[in-house]
Amino acid sequence: MRRAFLALAARDIRLAAGIGGGGGMAVFFFLTVVAIVPLGVGPDRPVLELLAPGMLWVGLLLASLLTLDRMFQADVEDGSFDLLSMGPLPLELVAVAKSLAHWVVTGLPLVVAAPVLGILLNLPPERMPLLVMAMLAGTPALSFIGAVGAALTVGIRRGGLLASLLVLPFYIPVLIFGVGAVEAAAGGFEGQAGMQAMLLLGAISLASFVIGPLGAAAALRANLR
Amino acid sequence: MSLTAAQRFHAYANPARFMALSDRLLTPLWAAALLTIAVGLWFALFNSPPDYQQGETVRIMYVHVPSAWLAMFGYSVMAFASAIALIFRHPLADVAAKSAAPIGAAFTFLALVTGSLWGKPMWGTWWEWDARMTSVLILLFLYLGYMALWAAIEDPVRAARAAAVLALAGAINIPVIRYSVVWWNTLHQPASVFRMDGPTIAPSMLLPLGLMAIGFTLLFLALHLVRMRAEIMRRRVRALRLARASSSEA
Amino acid sequence: MAEFFSMGGYALYVWPCYGIAALVIAGLVWQSLRDWHVQAALAAELEKAAGGRVRRPADAARQGEMK
Repeated sequence: MRRAFLALAARDIRLAAGIGGGGGMAVFFFLTVVAIVPLGVGPDRPVLELLAPGMLWVGLLLASLLTLDRMFQADVEDGSFDLLSMGPLPLELVAVAKSLAHWVVTGLPLVVAAPVLGILLNLPPERMPLLVMAMLAGTPALSFIGAVGAALTVGIRRGGLLASLLVLPFYIPVLIFGVGAVEAAAGGFEGQAGMQAMLLLGAISLASFVIGPLGAAAALRANLR
Repeated sequence: MSLTAAQRFHAYANPARFMALSDRLLTPLWAAALLTIAVGLWFALFNSPPDYQQGETVRIMYVHVPSAWLAMFGYSVMAFASAIALIFRHPLADVAAKSAAPIGAAFTFLALVTGSLWGKPMWGTWWEWDARMTSVLILLFLYLGYMALWAAIEDPVRAARAAAVLALAGAINIPVIRYSVVWWNTLHQPASVFRMDGPTIAPSMLLPLGLMAIGFTLLFLALHLVRMRAEIMRRRVRALRLARASSSEA
Repeated sequence: MAEFFSMGGYALYVWPCYGIAALVIAGLVWQSLRDWHVQAALAAELEKAAGGRVRRPADAARQGEMK
């Protein structure tokens, strides 16, 4: 069972890397979103510095939403999902494997890209480690929560748009604590707010690691009886 | 012969029985809702004092608070029915869940609009990103997402299961979202906003508020029953059409 | 009377609040009742067209949920 799990995760990662679709596109989208922010609000450096953590997080959220719809849809379309659902892995573990693969292929590259894009937004270098840490703690939640949305909209035409609408409210806590972790530490808020936000981000990731695949499997069963 | 609990449970799941029962309940329910709201309105508009701080704007509260209450009540009904639908495969439960959503969404919308109309004279702004308004806005998004999912899946059985999963996921997440918004709010706004908990409610205001809340709840129940009946009929129509299509093929 | 309608100078906020609430609720009630009438009429028509061949309506309705 562990072999099947690892094989599935590895296959998904290889497929995404081979096509170059998922991760590369998401990073490119992230770049474009971040690049149009100064064009919208003006090139004033203090203003950009103020907006940087929030804008980076919003860009990251949108970029990871964009790649959600392929998580199960591709396999359902080419029929390999039927094999998966009859295979040795329970659907819950299939969902875990696919969420993990999604995180490796899109979440991780986005986190790596974030500090570089931070330069464009005049993010002070000393805040970058914190930003990367917060994103590392928070992005797994995006993949695991996103899996539920992807599973709910499997088999729907234009499911990607609907999945984004369904999932976005669930991303709000990640956004709030993610920005909070960066802002609270640097913005002179007293007390433990930054650390608290970081811990809460981790807690959300862990909780979604459990609940997300359960929900995704239930949704897949509902959609693909 | 006495029925077991499970048998009795499923006896009420029978749509025909539900149709008969709801048919008898509806007229008194409408009447009670109308009467309570009428009396409540009379107290709210004519027979209650203006607040010593907020003046006449306090009358907005008599619509705003019951709407906000139903916004949450509606989601609870939806989530509870979804849980029953998923666990017991109760045939009426997904009808109940689906029918509650548009009503809840409408009252959530009302809570937002009336809150905005209250906020302008009291806070000086139509919209304040305070924790309460923000989480009600997110609640509206959850309702709309739920309804969009129902609309997107054609097969009612599939749609019911998927929507139930979504409703339950939302129910688990509402406390988390709520907490995060409060946390975010305290981080960004160091207690400068007008506090809603200022005046304690006088009995003269509690009466219209209570009446309106009861009236709105009765209205919700009446609307819910009507929508459930319509949904059952829609499924009957669907089943009859399918039967006709298959018999004309044969 | 004019004093009542002026709502202590807050007429601009109090009356739209009640007006919008009345509109939304009336719309919801109207739409729900109409939907019920349309669906009930359709079902009756289809049942009549199907004559006696169709199963009991309760079964037909239930078939929508279970399978």
